[in-house]
Amino acid sequence: MSKEDISRRQFLNYTLTGVGGFMAAGMLMPMVRFALDPILKEGTDQELVAVTSVEEIANEPKRFDFKIKQKDGWYESDVTQSAWVYKAKNGDFIALSPICKHLGCTVDWNTDPSHPNQFFCPCHLGRYTKDGTNVKGTAPLAPLDVYDSQVKDGKLYLGKAKPRKGA
Amino acid sequence: MLQKIYDWVDERLDITPLWRDVADHEVPEHVNPAHHFSAFVYCFGGLTFFITVIQILSGMFLTMYYVPDIVNAWESVYYLQNEVAFGVIVRGMHHWGASLVIVMMFLHTLRVFFQGAYKKPRELNWVVGVLIFFVMLGLGFTGYLLPWDMKALFATKVGIEIAMTIPVVGPIAKTFLAGGEIIGAQTLTRFFAIHVFFLPAALLGLMGAHFLMIRKQGISGPL
Repeated sequence: MSKEDISRRQFLNYTLTGVGGFMAAGMLMPMVRFALDPILKEGTDQELVAVTSVEEIANEPKRFDFKIKQKDGWYESDVTQSAWVYKAKNGDFIALSPICKHLGCTVDWNTDPSHPNQFFCPCHLGRYTKDGTNVKGTAPLAPLDVYDSQVKDGKLYLGKAKPRKGA
Repeated sequence: MLQKIYDWVDERLDITPLWRDVADHEVPEHVNPAHHFSAFVYCFGGLTFFITVIQILSGMFLTMYYVPDIVNAWESVYYLQNEVAFGVIVRGMHHWGASLVIVMMFLHTLRVFFQGAYKKPRELNWVVGVLIFFVMLGLGFTGYLLPWDMKALFATKVGIEIAMTIPVVGPIAKTFLAGGEIIGAQTLTRFFAIHVFFLPAALLGLMGAHFLMIRKQGISGPL
Protein backbone atom coordinates (compact mmCIF):
# COMPACT_ATOMS: atom_id res chain seq x y z
CA MET A 1 0.00 0.00 0.00
CA SER A 2 1.57 3.26 -1.06
CA LYS A 3 1.48 6.39 1.06
CA GLU A 4 -0.81 8.30 -1.32
CA ASP A 5 -3.71 5.83 -0.98
CA ILE A 6 -5.51 8.08 1.43
CA SER A 7 -4.83 11.73 2.01
CA ARG A 8 -4.79 13.34 5.43
CA ARG A 9 -7.86 15.36 4.44
CA GLN A 10 -9.71 12.25 3.38
CA PHE A 11 -8.78 10.38 6.53
CA LEU A 12 -10.06 13.22 8.67
CA ASN A 13 -13.22 13.43 6.58
CA TYR A 14 -13.93 9.75 7.10
CA THR A 15 -13.18 9.95 10.82
CA LEU A 16 -15.36 12.98 11.36
CA THR A 17 -18.23 11.53 9.32
CA GLY A 18 -17.95 8.27 11.24
CA VAL A 19 -17.88 9.87 14.67
CA GLY A 20 -20.61 12.35 13.71
CA GLY A 21 -22.77 9.57 12.28
CA PHE A 22 -22.28 7.49 15.41
CA MET A 23 -23.33 10.40 17.61
CA ALA A 24 -26.34 11.22 15.45
CA ALA A 25 -27.39 7.57 15.47
CA GLY A 26 -27.04 7.40 19.24
CA MET A 27 -29.23 10.45 19.53
CA LEU A 28 -31.87 9.42 17.01
CA MET A 29 -32.10 5.69 17.74
CA PRO A 30 -34.02 6.04 21.03
CA MET A 31 -36.36 8.61 19.49
CA VAL A 32 -37.12 6.54 16.42
CA ARG A 33 -37.68 3.39 18.47
CA PHE A 34 -39.93 5.47 20.75
CA ALA A 35 -42.01 6.58 17.76
CA LEU A 36 -42.18 3.09 16.24
CA ASP A 37 -43.28 1.47 19.51
CA PRO A 38 -46.95 1.04 18.49
CA ILE A 39 -45.87 -1.08 15.51
CA LEU A 40 -43.70 -3.33 17.65
CA LYS A 41 -46.09 -3.72 20.58
CA GLU A 42 -47.79 -7.10 20.84
CA GLY A 43 -51.53 -7.16 20.29
CA THR A 44 -53.64 -7.56 23.38
CA ASP A 45 -55.86 -10.55 23.94
CA GLN A 46 -59.45 -9.94 24.82
CA GLU A 47 -61.43 -11.68 27.52
CA LEU A 48 -64.63 -13.43 26.53
CA VAL A 49 -67.68 -11.42 27.52
CA ALA A 50 -71.19 -12.76 28.15
CA VAL A 51 -73.45 -11.31 25.45
CA THR A 52 -76.82 -13.01 25.69
CA SER A 53 -78.56 -16.16 26.80
CA VAL A 54 -78.75 -18.70 24.00
CA GLU A 55 -82.57 -18.76 24.07
CA GLU A 56 -82.58 -15.29 22.55
CA ILE A 57 -80.68 -16.44 19.50
CA ALA A 58 -82.89 -17.27 16.52
CA ASN A 59 -82.27 -18.57 13.03
CA GLU A 60 -82.57 -15.01 11.78
CA PRO A 61 -79.50 -12.81 12.52
CA LYS A 62 -80.14 -10.44 15.38
CA ARG A 63 -77.98 -7.61 16.55
CA PHE A 64 -76.63 -7.79 20.13
CA ASP A 65 -74.67 -5.04 21.84
CA PHE A 66 -72.14 -5.82 24.55
CA LYS A 67 -69.52 -3.92 26.50
CA ILE A 68 -65.81 -4.69 26.54
CA LYS A 69 -63.02 -3.16 28.59
CA GLN A 70 -60.65 -1.34 26.27
CA LYS A 71 -57.16 -0.10 27.11
CA ASP A 72 -56.12 2.65 24.73
CA GLY A 73 -52.67 3.75 25.84
CA TRP A 74 -53.27 5.54 29.13
CA TYR A 75 -57.05 5.64 28.60
CA GLU A 76 -59.18 2.77 29.86
CA SER A 77 -62.87 2.66 29.12
CA ASP A 78 -65.89 0.47 28.44
CA VAL A 79 -66.65 0.34 24.75
CA THR A 80 -69.84 -0.96 23.18
CA GLN A 81 -69.41 -3.51 20.41
CA SER A 82 -72.06 -5.19 18.30
CA ALA A 83 -72.43 -8.62 16.77
CA TRP A 84 -74.92 -10.16 14.37
CA VAL A 85 -75.75 -13.49 15.98
CA TYR A 86 -77.82 -16.40 14.66
CA LYS A 87 -78.19 -20.12 15.04
CA ALA A 88 -76.89 -22.08 12.06
CA LYS A 89 -78.67 -25.13 10.66
CA ASN A 90 -76.26 -27.50 12.44
CA GLY A 91 -77.02 -25.81 15.79
CA ASP A 92 -73.79 -23.73 15.99
CA PHE A 93 -74.03 -20.12 17.05
CA ILE A 94 -72.48 -17.73 14.54
CA ALA A 95 -71.49 -14.24 15.65
CA LEU A 96 -70.42 -11.87 12.88
CA SER A 97 -68.77 -8.48 13.19
CA PRO A 98 -70.94 -5.70 11.75
CA ILE A 99 -67.92 -3.87 10.37
CA CYS A 100 -67.86 -3.88 6.58
CA LYS A 101 -64.63 -5.28 5.13
CA HIS A 102 -64.61 -2.66 2.40
CA LEU A 103 -63.96 0.54 4.33
CA GLY A 104 -65.30 -0.09 7.80
CA CYS A 105 -68.90 1.14 7.68
CA THR A 106 -71.55 -0.75 9.65
CA VAL A 107 -73.56 -3.42 7.89
CA ASP A 108 -77.20 -4.16 8.59
CA TRP A 109 -79.26 -7.32 8.05
CA ASN A 110 -81.89 -7.47 5.35
CA THR A 111 -82.22 -3.74 4.67
CA ASP A 112 -81.76 -3.83 0.90
CA PRO A 113 -85.20 -4.57 -0.57
CA SER A 114 -83.78 -5.84 -3.86
CA HIS A 115 -81.50 -8.36 -2.12
CA PRO A 116 -83.39 -9.83 0.84
CA ASN A 117 -81.73 -11.98 3.51
CA GLN A 118 -78.31 -10.54 3.05
CA PHE A 119 -76.08 -8.24 5.07
CA PHE A 120 -76.03 -4.85 3.41
CA CYS A 121 -73.62 -1.96 3.74
CA PRO A 122 -75.19 1.34 2.65
CA CYS A 123 -71.89 3.15 2.03
CA HIS A 124 -70.95 1.43 -1.24
CA LEU A 125 -73.77 -1.10 -1.55
CA GLY A 126 -71.63 -3.96 -0.28
CA ARG A 127 -73.46 -7.23 0.35
CA TYR A 128 -72.75 -10.45 2.27
CA THR A 129 -74.69 -13.69 2.45
CA LYS A 130 -76.06 -14.91 5.77
CA ASP A 131 -72.82 -16.71 6.72
CA GLY A 132 -70.92 -13.45 6.15
CA THR A 133 -69.42 -14.35 2.78
CA ASN A 134 -69.00 -11.30 0.60
CA VAL A 135 -71.05 -11.32 -2.58
CA LYS A 136 -68.81 -11.24 -5.63
CA GLY A 137 -69.10 -8.05 -7.63
CA THR A 138 -69.87 -5.87 -4.63
CA ALA A 139 -67.37 -3.61 -2.92
CA PRO A 140 -66.04 -5.79 -0.05
CA LEU A 141 -63.20 -8.18 -0.84
CA ALA A 142 -63.41 -10.40 2.24
CA PRO A 143 -66.08 -12.03 4.40
CA LEU A 144 -67.22 -10.42 7.64
CA ASP A 145 -65.01 -11.09 10.64
CA VAL A 146 -66.29 -13.75 12.97
CA TYR A 147 -66.15 -13.45 16.75
CA ASP A 148 -64.41 -16.00 18.93
CA SER A 149 -67.33 -17.55 20.75
CA GLN A 150 -68.09 -20.00 23.50
CA VAL A 151 -71.30 -21.23 25.13
CA LYS A 152 -71.21 -21.58 28.91
CA ASP A 153 -74.12 -22.02 31.36
CA GLY A 154 -76.64 -21.22 28.67
CA LYS A 155 -74.94 -18.00 27.72
CA LEU A 156 -73.04 -16.97 24.62
CA TYR A 157 -69.61 -15.46 25.29
CA LEU A 158 -67.80 -13.46 22.61
CA GLY A 159 -64.16 -12.50 22.31
CA LYS A 160 -62.22 -10.87 19.51
CA ALA A 161 -63.49 -10.63 15.94
CA LYS A 162 -61.09 -12.51 13.67
CA PRO A 163 -60.71 -12.09 9.91
CA ARG A 164 -61.35 -15.02 7.54
CA LYS A 165 -60.01 -15.91 4.11
CA GLY A 166 -61.57 -14.18 1.13
CA ALA A 167 -64.33 -15.82 -0.91
CA MET B 1 -24.30 7.22 -5.79
CA LEU B 2 -24.74 10.11 -3.37
CA GLN B 3 -22.12 12.06 -5.27
CA LYS B 4 -24.06 11.49 -8.50
CA ILE B 5 -27.32 12.71 -6.98
CA TYR B 6 -25.53 15.75 -5.57
CA ASP B 7 -23.91 16.49 -8.94
CA TRP B 8 -27.24 16.15 -10.72
CA VAL B 9 -28.89 18.68 -8.40
CA ASP B 10 -25.84 20.94 -8.32
CA GLU B 11 -25.63 21.07 -12.11
CA ARG B 12 -29.18 22.44 -12.24
CA LEU B 13 -29.43 24.54 -9.09
CA ASP B 14 -25.81 25.46 -8.33
CA ILE B 15 -26.19 24.64 -4.64
CA THR B 16 -22.50 24.48 -3.81
CA PRO B 17 -22.07 28.23 -3.10
CA LEU B 18 -25.11 28.05 -0.79
CA TRP B 19 -23.65 25.61 1.71
CA ARG B 20 -20.07 26.80 1.13
CA ASP B 21 -21.17 30.17 2.47
CA VAL B 22 -22.45 28.51 5.62
CA ALA B 23 -19.98 25.72 6.20
CA ASP B 24 -16.65 26.82 4.73
CA HIS B 25 -15.04 29.37 6.93
CA GLU B 26 -11.68 29.55 8.61
CA VAL B 27 -11.34 29.07 12.31
CA PRO B 28 -8.84 31.65 13.58
CA GLU B 29 -5.88 30.25 15.50
CA HIS B 30 -6.92 31.78 18.83
CA VAL B 31 -10.27 29.89 18.77
CA ASN B 32 -8.76 26.55 17.80
CA PRO B 33 -8.18 24.24 20.79
CA ALA B 34 -5.52 22.40 18.77
CA HIS B 35 -3.35 25.50 19.05
CA HIS B 36 -4.31 26.78 22.48
CA PHE B 37 -6.13 24.33 24.72
CA SER B 38 -7.75 27.22 26.60
CA ALA B 39 -9.73 27.89 23.43
CA PHE B 40 -12.22 25.22 24.57
CA VAL B 41 -14.16 28.12 26.12
CA TYR B 42 -15.31 28.92 22.57
CA CYS B 43 -17.24 25.65 22.46
CA PHE B 44 -20.07 26.64 24.75
CA GLY B 45 -22.10 28.53 22.16
CA GLY B 46 -21.97 25.55 19.82
CA LEU B 47 -22.83 23.18 22.68
CA THR B 48 -25.84 25.34 23.54
CA PHE B 49 -26.98 25.00 19.93
CA PHE B 50 -26.32 21.25 19.90
CA ILE B 51 -28.43 20.72 23.03
CA THR B 52 -31.13 22.97 21.61
CA VAL B 53 -31.32 20.66 18.59
CA ILE B 54 -31.68 17.68 20.95
CA GLN B 55 -34.41 19.53 22.84
CA ILE B 56 -36.36 20.27 19.67
CA LEU B 57 -36.06 16.69 18.41
CA SER B 58 -36.88 14.96 21.70
CA GLY B 59 -39.72 17.42 22.27
CA MET B 60 -41.21 16.65 18.86
CA PHE B 61 -41.17 12.96 19.65
CA LEU B 62 -42.65 13.45 23.12
CA THR B 63 -45.70 15.19 21.66
CA MET B 64 -46.55 11.91 19.89
CA TYR B 65 -47.75 10.62 23.26
CA TYR B 66 -48.32 13.67 25.44
CA VAL B 67 -51.73 15.35 25.83
CA PRO B 68 -52.07 18.82 27.39
CA ASP B 69 -55.22 18.09 29.35
CA ILE B 70 -55.64 18.06 33.12
CA VAL B 71 -57.28 14.63 33.15
CA ASN B 72 -54.82 12.86 30.87
CA ALA B 73 -51.54 14.80 31.01
CA TRP B 74 -50.02 12.98 33.97
CA GLU B 75 -51.30 9.60 32.78
CA SER B 76 -49.89 10.14 29.31
CA VAL B 77 -46.49 11.11 30.71
CA TYR B 78 -46.55 8.05 32.98
CA TYR B 79 -47.49 5.90 29.99
CA LEU B 80 -44.82 7.24 27.65
CA GLN B 81 -42.17 6.96 30.34
CA ASN B 82 -43.03 3.48 31.59
CA GLU B 83 -44.85 1.64 28.81
CA VAL B 84 -43.25 2.93 25.62
CA ALA B 85 -39.85 1.61 24.59
CA PHE B 86 -37.05 4.13 25.24
CA GLY B 87 -39.62 6.50 26.73
CA VAL B 88 -37.49 6.95 29.78
CA ILE B 89 -34.54 7.91 27.58
CA VAL B 90 -36.40 10.29 25.28
CA ARG B 91 -38.06 12.02 28.22
CA GLY B 92 -34.75 11.94 30.08
CA MET B 93 -33.02 13.70 27.18
CA HIS B 94 -35.63 16.44 27.28
CA HIS B 95 -35.60 16.70 31.08
CA TRP B 96 -31.82 16.83 31.58
CA GLY B 97 -31.20 18.75 28.37
CA ALA B 98 -33.43 21.52 29.67
CA SER B 99 -31.09 22.09 32.59
CA LEU B 100 -27.95 21.53 30.57
CA VAL B 101 -28.90 24.09 27.95
CA ILE B 102 -29.17 26.75 30.67
CA VAL B 103 -25.75 25.75 32.01
CA MET B 104 -24.12 25.89 28.57
CA MET B 105 -25.79 29.18 27.76
CA PHE B 106 -24.56 30.61 31.06
CA LEU B 107 -20.97 29.51 30.38
CA HIS B 108 -21.19 30.97 26.86
CA THR B 109 -22.43 34.26 28.34
CA LEU B 110 -19.58 34.29 30.88
CA ARG B 111 -17.00 33.74 28.12
CA VAL B 112 -18.41 36.57 26.03
CA PHE B 113 -18.60 38.81 29.08
CA PHE B 114 -15.11 38.24 30.45
CA GLN B 115 -13.48 38.48 27.03
CA GLY B 116 -15.33 41.70 26.35
CA ALA B 117 -16.52 40.17 23.09
CA TYR B 118 -19.83 42.05 23.38
CA LYS B 119 -18.17 45.43 22.74
CA LYS B 120 -18.56 47.50 19.60
CA PRO B 121 -19.41 46.44 16.93
CA ARG B 122 -21.06 43.35 18.52
CA GLU B 123 -23.46 45.05 20.96
CA LEU B 124 -26.53 44.03 18.98
CA ASN B 125 -25.51 40.40 19.10
CA TRP B 126 -25.24 40.64 22.89
CA VAL B 127 -28.77 42.06 22.99
CA VAL B 128 -30.10 39.20 20.86
CA GLY B 129 -28.23 36.76 23.10
CA VAL B 130 -29.95 38.16 26.17
CA LEU B 131 -33.31 37.81 24.41
CA ILE B 132 -32.46 34.16 23.67
CA PHE B 133 -31.68 33.76 27.36
CA PHE B 134 -35.15 35.04 28.29
CA VAL B 135 -36.82 32.79 25.72
CA MET B 136 -34.93 29.81 27.16
CA LEU B 137 -36.09 30.70 30.67
CA GLY B 138 -39.63 30.96 29.31
CA LEU B 139 -39.31 27.52 27.74
CA GLY B 140 -38.10 26.13 31.05
CA PHE B 141 -40.95 27.78 32.95
CA THR B 142 -43.73 26.66 30.60
CA GLY B 143 -42.28 23.16 30.13
CA TYR B 144 -42.12 22.59 33.87
CA LEU B 145 -45.92 22.61 34.17
CA LEU B 146 -46.61 20.07 31.43
CA PRO B 147 -46.16 16.78 33.38
CA TRP B 148 -48.98 18.08 35.62
CA ASP B 149 -47.72 16.56 38.83
CA MET B 150 -47.61 18.26 42.24
CA LYS B 151 -44.18 19.76 41.69
CA ALA B 152 -45.26 21.18 38.33
CA LEU B 153 -48.49 22.64 39.67
CA PHE B 154 -47.03 24.32 42.73
CA ALA B 155 -43.93 25.58 40.92
CA THR B 156 -46.22 27.22 38.40
CA LYS B 157 -48.38 28.70 41.17
CA VAL B 158 -45.26 30.26 42.67
CA GLY B 159 -44.06 31.47 39.28
CA ILE B 160 -47.37 33.09 38.51
CA GLU B 161 -47.44 34.71 41.96
CA ILE B 162 -44.04 36.20 41.12
CA ALA B 163 -45.45 37.60 37.89
CA MET B 164 -48.30 39.00 40.02
CA THR B 165 -45.81 41.21 41.91
CA ILE B 166 -44.96 43.25 38.79
CA PRO B 167 -46.11 46.79 39.52
CA VAL B 168 -49.31 47.94 37.76
CA VAL B 169 -49.63 45.08 35.25
CA GLY B 170 -49.17 42.25 37.76
CA PRO B 171 -52.82 41.12 37.97
CA ILE B 172 -53.18 41.29 34.19
CA ALA B 173 -50.01 39.26 33.74
CA LYS B 174 -51.33 36.66 36.18
CA THR B 175 -54.66 36.26 34.39
CA PHE B 176 -52.93 36.22 31.01
CA LEU B 177 -50.50 33.49 32.04
CA ALA B 178 -53.07 31.39 33.88
CA GLY B 179 -55.69 31.83 31.15
CA GLY B 180 -58.30 32.59 33.79
CA GLU B 181 -58.71 32.92 37.52
CA ILE B 182 -57.38 29.53 38.53
CA ILE B 183 -54.34 27.57 37.51
CA GLY B 184 -55.96 24.63 35.78
CA ALA B 185 -57.12 23.31 32.45
CA GLN B 186 -56.69 26.58 30.59
CA THR B 187 -53.27 27.22 32.10
CA LEU B 188 -52.07 23.83 30.91
CA THR B 189 -53.20 24.24 27.29
CA ARG B 190 -51.85 27.79 27.26
CA PHE B 191 -48.46 26.76 28.59
CA PHE B 192 -48.36 23.89 26.10
CA ALA B 193 -49.05 26.22 23.18
CA ILE B 194 -46.42 28.69 24.40
CA HIS B 195 -43.94 25.89 25.03
CA VAL B 196 -44.22 24.11 21.69
CA PHE B 197 -45.22 26.85 19.23
CA PHE B 198 -44.65 30.43 20.31
CA LEU B 199 -41.34 30.28 22.16
CA PRO B 200 -39.63 27.81 19.79
CA ALA B 201 -40.60 30.05 16.87
CA ALA B 202 -39.15 33.06 18.67
CA LEU B 203 -36.07 31.03 19.56
CA LEU B 204 -35.41 29.96 15.97
CA GLY B 205 -35.76 33.53 14.73
CA LEU B 206 -33.44 34.90 17.38
CA MET B 207 -30.87 32.16 16.87
CA GLY B 208 -30.94 32.83 13.15
CA ALA B 209 -30.19 36.50 13.84
CA HIS B 210 -27.47 35.51 16.35
CA PHE B 211 -25.68 33.30 13.81
CA LEU B 212 -26.15 35.71 10.94
CA MET B 213 -24.49 38.46 12.93
CA ILE B 214 -21.55 36.35 14.04
CA ARG B 215 -20.92 35.30 10.43
CA LYS B 216 -21.20 38.86 9.22
CA GLN B 217 -18.93 40.34 11.89
CA GLY B 218 -16.64 37.40 12.51
CA ILE B 219 -15.53 36.16 15.89
CA SER B 220 -13.83 38.75 18.13
CA GLY B 221 -10.03 38.93 18.07
CA PRO B 222 -7.60 37.39 20.57
CA LEU B 223 -7.25 38.93 24.02
